[in-house]
Amino acid sequence: MKVPVSITVNGKQYDKMVEPRMLLVYFIREELALTGTHIGCDTSSCGSCTIHLDGKALKSCTMLAVQANGKSVTTIEGMANGEELHPLQEGFHMEHGLQCGFCTPGMIMCAADILKNNPTPTEEEIRHGLEGNFCRCTGYHNIVKSIQYAAKKMA
Amino acid sequence: MVPSKFAYHKPSTVKEAIALLATHGDDSKILSGGHSLVPVLKLRLNDPEHIIDVSGIDSMGGIRDNEKSITIGANSTHGEIANNAALKEHAPMVALAASMIGDIQVRNFGTIGGSIAHADPAADWPAVLLAADANVVLSHAGGQREVDIDQFFKGLFMTAMGEEEIITAIRIPKTAFNKNSTYVKFPQPASRFALVGCAAAISNSDGYITEARVAFSGVSATPFRDSNVEKSLKGSVLNEGSIATATASVADGVSIMSDHFAAEKYRKHMAGVYARKALSALA
Ligand SMILES: Cc1cc2nc3c(=O)[nH]c(=O)nc-3n(C[C@H](O)[C@H](O)[C@H](O)COP(=O)(O)OP(=O)(O)OC[C@H]3O[C@@H](n4cnc5c(N)ncnc54)[C@H](O)[C@@H]3O)c2cc1C
Ligand code: FES
Ligand code: FES
Repeated sequence: MKVPVSITVNGKQYDKMVEPRMLLVYFIREELALTGTHIGCDTSSCGSCTIHLDGKALKSCTMLAVQANGKSVTTIEGMANGEELHPLQEGFHMEHGLQCGFCTPGMIMCAADILKNNPTPTEEEIRHGLEGNFCRCTGYHNIVKSIQYAAKKMA
Repeated sequence: MVPSKFAYHKPSTVKEAIALLATHGDDSKILSGGHSLVPVLKLRLNDPEHIIDVSGIDSMGGIRDNEKSITIGANSTHGEIANNAALKEHAPMVALAASMIGDIQVRNFGTIGGSIAHADPAADWPAVLLAADANVVLSHAGGQREVDIDQFFKGLFMTAMGEEEIITAIRIPKTAFNKNSTYVKFPQPASRFALVGCAAAISNSDGYITEARVAFSGVSATPFRDSNVEKSLKGSVLNEGSIATATASVADGVSIMSDHFAAEKYRKHMAGVYARKALSALA
């Protein structure tokens, strides 16, 4: 039986009927067609589905949409300010922080949580903070540099 | 990656949650942060017909600093615990272990109540709560009871919790040994769960150990305190020599897990290595 949920995504409120078993990541991708949030595993390991729920990084494949009822979601699509990229997006562009880009939305959403709690992280703190996000191609070196670029810009 | 169908309930009081458990019994599952249960549902390792989401129950949240103990609401996330000032001061190993669980995303939403109810032998909480002499507060239809942590973990994914009970809080006593405590972990590189997790808590009087508590996660299917190590330490001065003596045969007589991450002999060896690390950090 479907149940009603009201979830605010990137500032816009959505009222929908969903099956309780629907994962939040499918709500975002399939109900709202916001496909910037990716699915890279079925074991909650890869972090490519990372979004923010009430401001905190979450693997959206590890939560039911009903659990997010009444809450506020930010996805990668909500990071830029109009045409102006978020400093993290700019950082990944400037520092070559991606190749295929599959992991990038999750990396950026996780990095935003790292910087929120620690605006001037050391390299080690950044690497430690990305424990739950896997990249298959670029390697972490440029990803770390991209985040350092953003930290500097946001300071 | 789609769970089986279920009905979703979101009670706002413990009483309502227990009534739902009583009605739906075996066909139901409690949900808190979902960071153990949702992965299980996704892989269809379990297919409950009713999910009872307790995350909206206010009385199960928050960390209270009382005179003789600190009460951690079952719904407290690992992240909240890692950053709690009272725990950092009175039981540093509790905050430290919380900061080592999984990754940022997991710590933001996974809860201590869900972790100990799940009773994964490789989870971090069991070792720490055993060393801390914690109590688990359980609520049932007739009221509530407190279970000593020594009596709580019963084996692989098994606890002393009754079928119609809910964990509402965990109590950490303010003791001298908790104030002087630490946690170290040898993480499985992919999942971050503990291949060996060792919590150590020690109180001293005039430089001599009055109480030593050393507990392990990840080593055995049932997390345990190592009484041989503890006995050997008691009465001595904590230094390189006493640590070496006490940890010469860690996990002796314990049934040790063996899997493709770590064979029995290797795990036992690493338990000794991590016991020495933990104790040295307190010396
Ligand atoms: C990628 C990843 C990495 C992880 N790494 C680690 C790690 O390194 N170390 C570690 O220790 N853990 C790790 N975990 C597990 C994590 O700590 C979980 O958050 C925790 O085990 C469960 O808490 P929860 O609130 O999410 O519980 P849920 O998933 O909601 O519930 C878990 C179980 O407990 C029951 N339950 C929940 N709350 C209660 C309650 N109040 N009373 C009675 N029963 C209840 C549920 O019915 C269910 O069976 C990891 C998880 C993930 C996804
Ligand atoms: S898809 Fe969510 S962690 Fe991999
Ligand atoms: S850029 Fe391809 S997975 Fe990270």
